[in-house]
Amino acid sequence: MEKHTNRFPISHVLGFIFSLILTFGAAYIALKTSLSFKVIMWIIGTLAVLQAGIQLFMFMHLREGEDGKTNVINIVYGVFMAVVIVVGSIWVMSAGHAAH
Amino acid sequence: MGIKWDEFFITGDPLILGSQIAIVLTMVGIVAGVTYLKKWKWLWSEWITTVDHKRIGIMYIISGVLMFFRGGMDGLLMKAQTSRPEMEFLDAQHYNEIFTTHGVIMILFMAMPMLIGIMNVVVPLQIGARDVAFPQLNALSFWLFFGGAMLFNISFVIGGSPDAGWTSYFPLAGKEFSPGIGNNYYAVALQIAGIGTLLSGINFVVTILKMRTKGMTLMKMPMFTWTSFIASVIIIAAFPIFTVALALMTFDRLYGAHFFTLSGGGLDMLWANLFWLWGHPEVYILVLPAFGIYSEIISTFSRKTLFGYKSMVLSILIIALLSMVVWVHHFYTMGSGPAVNSIFSITTMAIAVPTGIKIFNWLFTMRKGRIKMTNAMLWSLAFVPCFIIGGVTGVMLGMGAADYQYHNTLFLVAHFHYTIIPGVVFAVFAALYYWWPKMFGFTLNEKIGRWHFWLFVIGFNATFMPMFFLGLDGAVRRSYTYSVESGFAPLFLVSALGSVILALGFIAFCYNIYWSIRHADRNITGDPWNARTLEWATASPVQPYNFAKLPEVDGLDPFWKMKKNNQGLTIKDSEIKEIHMPSNSGLPFIMGVAFGVAGFFLVFEWHIAAAIAAIGIIAGLIYRSFDYDEGYHIPVDEIKETESKWRNVEGEVHNYVK
Amino acid sequence: MSSKIDYSLPLEYQTEQNRLNILGFWIFLGAEIVLFATLFGVYGVLYQRYAGGPTHQDIIMIKDVLIQTVLLLTSSFTMGIAIFEMRRQQLKGLIFWLVITLLLGAGFLFMEINEFIHYVHLGATMQTSAFLSSLFVLLGTHGAHVTFGIIWAIMVIIQLLRRGLTPTTARKTFIIGLYWHFLDVVWIFIFTFVYLKGMVG
Repeated sequence: MEKHTNRFPISHVLGFIFSLILTFGAAYIALKTSLSFKVIMWIIGTLAVLQAGIQLFMFMHLREGEDGKTNVINIVYGVFMAVVIVVGSIWVMSAGHAAH
Repeated sequence: MGIKWDEFFITGDPLILGSQIAIVLTMVGIVAGVTYLKKWKWLWSEWITTVDHKRIGIMYIISGVLMFFRGGMDGLLMKAQTSRPEMEFLDAQHYNEIFTTHGVIMILFMAMPMLIGIMNVVVPLQIGARDVAFPQLNALSFWLFFGGAMLFNISFVIGGSPDAGWTSYFPLAGKEFSPGIGNNYYAVALQIAGIGTLLSGINFVVTILKMRTKGMTLMKMPMFTWTSFIASVIIIAAFPIFTVALALMTFDRLYGAHFFTLSGGGLDMLWANLFWLWGHPEVYILVLPAFGIYSEIISTFSRKTLFGYKSMVLSILIIALLSMVVWVHHFYTMGSGPAVNSIFSITTMAIAVPTGIKIFNWLFTMRKGRIKMTNAMLWSLAFVPCFIIGGVTGVMLGMGAADYQYHNTLFLVAHFHYTIIPGVVFAVFAALYYWWPKMFGFTLNEKIGRWHFWLFVIGFNATFMPMFFLGLDGAVRRSYTYSVESGFAPLFLVSALGSVILALGFIAFCYNIYWSIRHADRNITGDPWNARTLEWATASPVQPYNFAKLPEVDGLDPFWKMKKNNQGLTIKDSEIKEIHMPSNSGLPFIMGVAFGVAGFFLVFEWHIAAAIAAIGIIAGLIYRSFDYDEGYHIPVDEIKETESKWRNVEGEVHNYVK
Repeated sequence: MSSKIDYSLPLEYQTEQNRLNILGFWIFLGAEIVLFATLFGVYGVLYQRYAGGPTHQDIIMIKDVLIQTVLLLTSSFTMGIAIFEMRRQQLKGLIFWLVITLLLGAGFLFMEINEFIHYVHLGATMQTSAFLSSLFVLLGTHGAHVTFGIIWAIMVIIQLLRRGLTPTTARKTFIIGLYWHFLDVVWIFIFTFVYLKGMVG
């Protein structure tokens, strides 16, 4: 939690460049390559998670302050819930006779 | 679109006409009474605009008792209708409406506010704080809940009740099969109340994480605070799901979207999936604070510290995690395939393990204790066997393959009443007997309380035990009648008679409140039960600032240690400093009204009017953003006066030293 | 609720009430994760249920989506710079970058509304199919959040102009910053799992 930083916001600029690279990388892989659907989804899914991490750590300073640990636990739990809801719903709604 | 004017008020049913007249008379009576006693200003400045967590808690509890009455009436009507075969007391439609409102009101507008109310009163005191983290948000939570509850309650006289069950499954709940506006009430009113609950959850998580008094580490928190904390975490994790589900329902019903409607490629069971993704954690939101209440009471009246504190904390954490991954057990019969049903059977049965740990911890807490049979303790004792019946039948239902037999029968209905009534209602009664003196400065009468206890517990068992056997015999739930040949008649009659006894128990409770208000002894100390936690280290009823000097803690049962070591019980003039307090605000109430009005228009699909009311909501938010009220300070002299008044009483363990 | 001020910390962390508010907002963001996850789950269940209506490839304008993405990414970056300026006590710089952020956000919103109009012209409405219902509500919820964020940020800017940088206004600015970055995180997943996935298969 720095109060008087130097004049140039180096981490922000780096984060911005990274996220542009990740965005256009994902778009390139999805639109211009002929990999299989599954491979593409795994790659661009991973890139999305990386980019979310950049936002959280380089822009939002997730771990800063006296509640940094709480914030990390909160976000990890939120992500756990998100995975349960998304993966669980898709699995439950498509696994059996109900979907066919 | 919308509704014809001649359908605005529900007409033609003598029962509903009677209720309409009763509602009008009650409202006229209240307005006249308040005017006659010249209490409008007092009502506004002391209660409606209050941001004091104790008063907000009391308002939650009063609303909860009122809603218990309403939901209970629904229950009695259902029991009356099914008391004899082929009764013609209610028709099928009316019965549908009544079991729907019974479920919704009992879960969301009775159990939730009761527990959130108790949390409001107790948690800040237990952690030695002066208020919650966001007092004005707390008031907003209450008024949103209240607005939602009132909106839902007017449905049966204006526009028509929802009638698709408290789960409101599609396709029945969709526009195609429920064309009236009844189910709009469900979607909108629960949405408003749900936002309030979510805000409460955030408020309590921050309060408990950040506002504990000096020395109270997480593992030194009282068990009720722990369970309230975990319940709040589950609220934050689960209520947004319900928010989305209700919003999608609204889009389907009002704007012709196809999330759950079969035409257009929607999936009706997706609603069930979302509903239970929220609905199962909701069960634990209810039962965890109740577990905390029992922990406090059993420890206090056994004169022992809670057995296995660490395993208690661990088991609530495991329950919180598992509660998120069991939702499919509510719809095994959807037929999602053996892999899905097997996994969810395993997670469901696994929950029985941490719950069992808790039961044994309570039993071991009582072992070799000097048990005092107060009413609060009686409720806690009755909870154990009754809840175990609910838990064991729960494991039966949790087996995917076996569930096909029990599903949608009265066996299931009996099961969840055996978990929720001992798990929540007994706990609420126990908590009210236990913390009543903290809230109001007098105890409830123990003798009338015995009547309340025995009538209620016997009535409860007589009502719901027969339903297990009816269910196993094949009696389905939500059926408004049955034939003579079915052979169900005798058990249904027993169940109906049981519900009358249950109702008498509730009447005894109301009488107890009335009697105690009029006759109970006001000269009680801050600590009438010889209790163990910090809420008893201050006056009864509690002064607005809670603690003149914030207590310091170095272990479990801090107040018990203070009394034993005779430390920290006194206060000296030099220790009193002025205290910063948040100002009252009318905004939460106005926002609650605005939400209620906007919701009402939305229910009737009057979109322009709803939009205008919604502008009111946004205006309120903007007003709040520009509001820089910094609160006020209570001067030292005033605190000195208040403290010496309650501390210089005979029998008081706290002392005032000049 | 002590009004003690700790000057060793950045403005927004200086009072206890500020620290409570910031933590409370993080926890609210946890709830927002669940809210959007539910919408993504619904979309994931329904995304191939076209009901004879248009499919992804029929309606998505991927170039416009890329421009939207760059606008929102850049606005998240400029919001970061705004908070950076705030920590350097530069009120003018803070307001300048906030306004840039809002302009970029408004540009994003303008393009999103155009996108919706384009869809409707193609006969793709919320009433057409389950796929489109879930698409519109997922995008619409994000767009509504952006709209709300813009109004909110304008309120904060007015307060900054009227009161300057105080612990309270700094806290408000910091919180809208968190909110804005979070909306960018959500958009990354919409971009990946709605648009790119839709274009692939």
